[in-house]
Amino acid sequence: MKIIVCIKQVPATNEVRLDPVTNTIIREGIESITNPFDTYAIEEAIRLKKKLGWQTAAVSMGIPAVKEILRDSMALGIDEAYLLSDRGFAGADTLATAYALAGGIQKIGGGQLIICGKMATDGDTAQVGPMLAEMLSIPHVTDVAEIIRIDEKEMVCRKLTDDGYQEIKLHLPALITVNKEINVPGLPSMQGILDTYDAPVTTYTVSDLDVAPELLGLAGSPTQVVRTFIPNLAIDNEWLTGTVNQQTDALLSRLSEHNIIEKEG
Amino acid sequence: MASIKVLTDVCTGCETCVSACPFGAIALNDDGVAEIGDTCTLCGSCVEACPFEAIELTKDEEKTVDLSMWHGIWVFCEIANGTLRGVGPELLGQARKLADELHTDVTALILGDEGIKDFAPELIARGADKVLAAVNPGLQQLNDIAYTGVICELVQKYHPEIILLGATGFGRSMAPRVAARLRTGLTADCTILAADTENHLLQQTRPAFGGNLMATIICPKHRPQMATVRPKVFAPLAADESRKGEIIVENVQLPKDILVETLKSSTVAGEDVNIADADIIVAVGKGIGSAKNIALAEQLADLLGGAVAVTRPLVDLGWYGYAHQVGQTGKTVAPRLYIACGISGAIQHLAGIAAETVVAVNNDPDAPIFAHAHYAINSDCVDFLQTMVETIKEKGYKAV
Ligand SMILES: Cc1cc2nc3c(=O)[nH]c(=O)nc-3n(C[C@H](O)[C@H](O)[C@H](O)COP(=O)(O)OP(=O)(O)OC[C@H]3O[C@@H](n4cnc5c(N)ncnc54)[C@H](O)[C@@H]3O)c2cc1C
Ligand SMILES: Cc1cc2nc3c(=O)[nH]c(=O)nc-3n(C[C@H](O)[C@H](O)[C@H](O)COP(=O)(O)OP(=O)(O)OC[C@H]3O[C@@H](n4cnc5c(N)ncnc54)[C@H](O)[C@@H]3O)c2cc1C
Ligand code: SF4
Ligand code: SF4
Repeated sequence: MKIIVCIKQVPATNEVRLDPVTNTIIREGIESITNPFDTYAIEEAIRLKKKLGWQTAAVSMGIPAVKEILRDSMALGIDEAYLLSDRGFAGADTLATAYALAGGIQKIGGGQLIICGKMATDGDTAQVGPMLAEMLSIPHVTDVAEIIRIDEKEMVCRKLTDDGYQEIKLHLPALITVNKEINVPGLPSMQGILDTYDAPVTTYTVSDLDVAPELLGLAGSPTQVVRTFIPNLAIDNEWLTGTVNQQTDALLSRLSEHNIIEKEG
Repeated sequence: MASIKVLTDVCTGCETCVSACPFGAIALNDDGVAEIGDTCTLCGSCVEACPFEAIELTKDEEKTVDLSMWHGIWVFCEIANGTLRGVGPELLGQARKLADELHTDVTALILGDEGIKDFAPELIARGADKVLAAVNPGLQQLNDIAYTGVICELVQKYHPEIILLGATGFGRSMAPRVAARLRTGLTADCTILAADTENHLLQQTRPAFGGNLMATIICPKHRPQMATVRPKVFAPLAADESRKGEIIVENVQLPKDILVETLKSSTVAGEDVNIADADIIVAVGKGIGSAKNIALAEQLADLLGGAVAVTRPLVDLGWYGYAHQVGQTGKTVAPRLYIACGISGAIQHLAGIAAETVVAVNNDPDAPIFAHAHYAINSDCVDFLQTMVETIKEKGYKAV
């Protein structure tokens, strides 16, 4: 039985700030990190490994430097790491990404449970997980806050919904995407870091996988980004001054003018 | 294979591309010419940004598919527990505009048991030309696998050129499965949808990078073109009872293996209000000082028939539930009014706010939130909340 975690390298978005003058993204010492949601996926896999004794693997599609974050996951306790890296994968939209990941997961023999992050902080679509499940012909649940029980055949998880929570039962193999309620990610131990300092990361190129190259990368992506721009978030504002009572009165009358609130009766 | 290169003899070293690249992949080399590093994802932003057309992105020849058999705009209207979610009619209104420009028609797609047919008149009044009702008792519960199976079969039968879906929790889970099965493109969380009448394409604009970047996306060679849209981004059309429409009922089969089952649904105490649906939100951040002060925000929200939202640190501290977190890693909300109390205005928080009117209350006049607020109140937020609650009670204000 194997648990496979999908991890994506993203720019450390908390360093991204807008330059108010040129209105461009300032990137001082832009760093790459493991997608924050994927750290919860890694932690959950490690907890399940301890509980169930299953094997764990991490898979990522990305540039060669992604090996570093894959090793970070090994330092935390993931057993094996695989990198899908080839110019042929580049420019992938979510469909082509899911297709490549499905090819990689099949190559390593599939998993009983696949764990993805709820979404990546750069592309921000939250689409890769469900698409990957579809391509692997397995069920999925998004936004999982807790795994209530799991055995080799099925699992029950608690999912965050628009209105509260749901308990969902799934037949395994299955895929879940996790949010940050599920656990508190641990830090790697010193020994873990030393042991995995140059641990092997198996790299696969397009030709290693049983996939149709025309369905990968830019060519295999139905969506095309035709334009990007920085939104202008700043707006004209009015300062309401005076004592807190005066400010409140001013606000209430502005809100009445905007027809947001009204006096009763 | 696709590739990108800088035409070194054309590049002037102006660095426009360096700041345009969302992945930090470009730097000037020792010759003062732009050089693209291996973190490049071929996203194309720099190609457009370069004022000198010095960057070339070569795409592979793609085979052209027959697009002529695909017609009409479908709007998936989610019915959860016998209630039509608001985002369906919102999208019908937008689909109506697009359909008029593209000279095509709008179909509201609903799935569920026999009872769903009762929604048809409302959907027609809100802009649908047709209502396609896929009926099976097993569709009463929202289920990714059942819905994916049924929708994909209907798509193969009717060939819609565009499908719009609400980016509700369920829509965001099911739509990618449908797109993957149909092998077509899906654009997430669009905030602008426009018709390119010349090329008969849907131009889908969406925020990425936690709201830092907007991207316009097309799906030129695959059909249907699919997009999800967050609730409240578009306003529904006023109901026009005189509109006429056709109702098509399909008695459908469910897929054999459903593999997932909802055991129970619960609305958590205090979480019966979905903040994404609220018209008025009282949001609090670390400036509120203590968990117990949040009760003031609850009182104000109650008086105005609104909901309470929080920033991430409050969730991390365990002061409030994650279902109430607004921002990049929480929910996106689009209320008429957003009152931000003791919130600094970090980009990750702002990413979740798409409100008509924003009020910021902060005791630091330099707090970044003020640049994003229509009304700026430089005060203690606890005093402010107390005064608001008292004044509203005294003068008898309520939400319109
Ligand atoms: C500005 C911009 C807008 C975009 N908009 C769209 C769009 O609307 N539709 C579209 O189809 N594509 C879009 N893309 C492309 C998309 O970002 C990429 O396909 C990206 O590789 C995956 O999507 P994501 O970042 O949204 O991941 P998500 O779907 O948000 O990621 C969810 C989870 O999937 C897993 N995962 C994702 N990528 C990888 C990976 N490379 N390796 C391992 N695991 C992974 C991780 O577990 C992650 O937590 C856009 C790209 C840009 C730059
Ligand atoms: C990858 C990533 C994702 C994130 N996702 C989210 C997200 O989804 N949502 C989110 O909210 N954050 C998110 N964050 C965190 C975000 O960067 C900020 O740290 C957070 O939004 C700050 O919350 P805050 O405004 O409550 O707190 P602070 O930044 O600490 O601000 C408190 C404010 O209160 C003011 N204040 C203090 N006392 C008073 C008083 N008595 N009266 C009035 N004002 C007072 C202060 O002047 C200050 O402006 C994310 C961060 C990262 C790195
Ligand atoms: S924007 Fe164009 S000209 Fe300017 S540095 Fe980049 S490639 Fe060169
Ligand atoms: S294509 Fe996109 S990722 Fe690559 S260098 Fe240009 S802007 Fe950066």
